Amino acid sequence: MPEFEPKIVAFCCRYCAYTAADLAGSMRLQYSPNIRVVEMPCSGTIEHGVLLNTFEKGVDGVYIAGCNLGDCHFLKGNVRAIKRVAAVKKILDEIGLGGDRLEFFHVPASEGTKFAKVANEMTERIRQLGPSPLNKSAAGNAQKEGGQTA
Amino acid sequence: MIVAQQKPIKDIAQMINDCKKVLFVGCAGCVTVCLAGGEKETAVLASAMRIKRILENNPLEAITYTCTRQCDPEYIASLDNQVKDVDAIVSLACGVGVQYLAERFKDKWVVPALDTKFIGGSTVHGVWEEKCGLCGECILHRTGGICPIIRCSKSILNGPCGGSQYGKCEVNKDIDCAWQLIYDRMKALGKLDKLMEIQPPKDWSKSRDGGPRKAIREDVMIDE
Repeated sequence: MPEFEPKIVAFCCRYCAYTAADLAGSMRLQYSPNIRVVEMPCSGTIEHGVLLNTFEKGVDGVYIAGCNLGDCHFLKGNVRAIKRVAAVKKILDEIGLGGDRLEFFHVPASEGTKFAKVANEMTERIRQLGPSPLNKSAAGNAQKEGGQTA
Repeated sequence: MIVAQQKPIKDIAQMINDCKKVLFVGCAGCVTVCLAGGEKETAVLASAMRIKRILENNPLEAITYTCTRQCDPEYIASLDNQVKDVDAIVSLACGVGVQYLAERFKDKWVVPALDTKFIGGSTVHGVWEEKCGLCGECILHRTGGICPIIRCSKSILNGPCGGSQYGKCEVNKDIDCAWQLIYDRMKALGKLDKLMEIQPPKDWSKSRDGGPRKAIREDVMIDE
């Protein structure tokens, strides 16, 4: 049976993590191909509903990457994102999907290596957790291979 | 505004456990402002319920609609077509909205998603405080604009009581003594003499002691 390849959405702030992704590319760094990057004007623009909808669409993991504390271009957007992520993690725990599938990371624009490290870390975490029960394609593949669905 | 808070997800889920299709109805009035039952909160709750039910192998079809207000018949009339094939309606309004939906859709199972808490306002973003006791006869002109009915733990009319310590209430040191606030404000306004007037017992029949209340403006009523 082939190893489970997680599908992960990374909401990245354009002032830090998205720029760090560019830097990671310029540095020719290799990182997990499992992440799908979505550019955000600020991590603070993320909303509870968007995060839940992303999981509903069947992704296995989601993370928000924002600036270091004190470095937000809009002063406190990252602080707000951290609070919203905490609230949605609580909802995910309550409904049984598990808050571990969602995370917030600080990824400054100057740290391409950290962007790659976070992408690899999150991929490994989700791989350990297994496919999301809402991920129909992963469940289908597992069944075809005679594996168990989560 | 009326301030409400969402019930725990497991409690709401329990109420609609045997339903296959549910309409989640938000309210664009007070509960939108206190971030408990507006369009966003309705979408989040519906999404959470759909995910929860998929994980339980009991899929739920959850649709959403947000009324301008749930406490006026004309605004819930727009739900008439949407409720036809649903097994239950979850209202994210205050207790008034839930009752209006239950009254209009007599054959539907209507359940509340919120706990209606109090009448109040926000102090900072995300914090709401109780400010009005709905006593039916306002006395704020006598108390410097600070309500002793709801902000004094004992609702006393001639305070403070002996439990007032360093400006705080004996019930909880985080609660300001309303009568200390009243004294300080009246002093600042140079109106301390008004506090020397002893207030007679309040007529509580104008509050809840008189049973459910009704307000009527005959001049704006429309004859059928």
